[in-house]
Amino acid sequence: MAVSVRELRARIKSTESMKKITRAMELIAASRIIKAQQRANAAAPYARELTRAVSAVATYSNVDHPLTTEPESPTRAAVLVVTSDRGLAGSYSSSVLKEAEGLVEKLKAEGKEIDLYVTGRKAEAFYKFRGRAVEQAWTGFSDRPDYTAAKEIGEKLIDVFVEGTESEKAVAPGVDEVHVVYTRFVTMMTQKPTAVRLLPLEVVEGTEAPAEGDVLPLYEFEPSAEAVLDSLLPQYVVSRIWFALLQSAASELAQRQKAMKSATDNADELIKKFTRVANQARQAGITQEISEIVGGVNALADAQAAND
Amino acid sequence: MTDALQVELVAADRVVWSGGATMVIARTVDGDVGVLRGHAPVLSALTDAVVEITPEEGTEVIATVDGGFLSVANDRVSILSEHVLLAHEIDLSKAEVELEEARRLLGTNDDAEKRIRRAEARIRAVEKAS
Repeated sequence: MAVSVRELRARIKSTESMKKITRAMELIAASRIIKAQQRANAAAPYARELTRAVSAVATYSNVDHPLTTEPESPTRAAVLVVTSDRGLAGSYSSSVLKEAEGLVEKLKAEGKEIDLYVTGRKAEAFYKFRGRAVEQAWTGFSDRPDYTAAKEIGEKLIDVFVEGTESEKAVAPGVDEVHVVYTRFVTMMTQKPTAVRLLPLEVVEGTEAPAEGDVLPLYEFEPSAEAVLDSLLPQYVVSRIWFALLQSAASELAQRQKAMKSATDNADELIKKFTRVANQARQAGITQEISEIVGGVNALADAQAAND
Repeated sequence: MTDALQVELVAADRVVWSGGATMVIARTVDGDVGVLRGHAPVLSALTDAVVEITPEEGTEVIATVDGGFLSVANDRVSILSEHVLLAHEIDLSKAEVELEEARRLLGTNDDAEKRIRRAEARIRAVEKAS
């Protein structure tokens, strides 16, 4: 036995305390995820009604709005990457970042310059380590986002987008497109990194379009369709970002729970393995002692017999 | 049930109130608007103000909204706003302090006018509810 029983005991002990930590983290994530899901569900009616209103305006008026106009030759794109503040969530952050890298590559291949906007310390650290400039980073709310944060991000992105469409002479170069990369919460077991284009807005959405027969009524707009659209669209954008943040938060917690569960299971495995090895080492020691004693006794008896 | 308005008062992070109502009063950017059954479909921008809902039964629901929208169609009324506070959730003393502070900033700060409007709406909502 290369490792002494004492060393093995120490190893078992440290694995046990590690298991306690991962187990606690698993339970915390499990309890928070329910809250996160409830928040995501609570935000759904707002998003639904807002989408309804936006599609109503889009259907019944031919108003062009800067936020929905496709630029003729997009040359600059902003990418918002939503990651977590903390690690220990399995491949959560790295799979979002991988998705983001894929999108960046694709956009670059289309000849666009990329401005990065990130949320979460993980993404901040990722780009900092690689020495790539990040336009702005928001951190500190990844597992429980609040609406104010979504609003701040939304307003900033709308700002840079509108600058881009209004004039080419502007000193600060605006962007022609805004993309968001976040993690979609499919089920407790499946979370999927997803990239969507946020701006210019495509209002008609496959999943949320009104069902057949549910004909949108002929709305009157007060004070005017333009004015309504003007205040409706930014709220719509913010609500989409809010949705992405909530989904990402739920995904982060789900992945953390999963990662911590397998860490706890692995710790169990290790403890079992170490205990077996320790028992074996102890047994081997005992056996050796016995055979030494027996050997000693035999030698004594032999010596006695020779003397007689 | 069929002869009532279906009202939903929705904030960004929750449904604040929903149910049947006989009348809804809200303040749009063009002025107060009252909605009864059979109202024509309308979509209008709201200003920071008080919304009153007269439910089928029970006491009036009074809330403040920070901007947002009113949409009416087929006797369904949805009021959407980023922030919605019901009258009993409003802290009157806090709103009064806020009003004072915003008044002092008037002219120096661009947000002051908005803050005054919001604080005033909150105080009015509390007064109406009591």
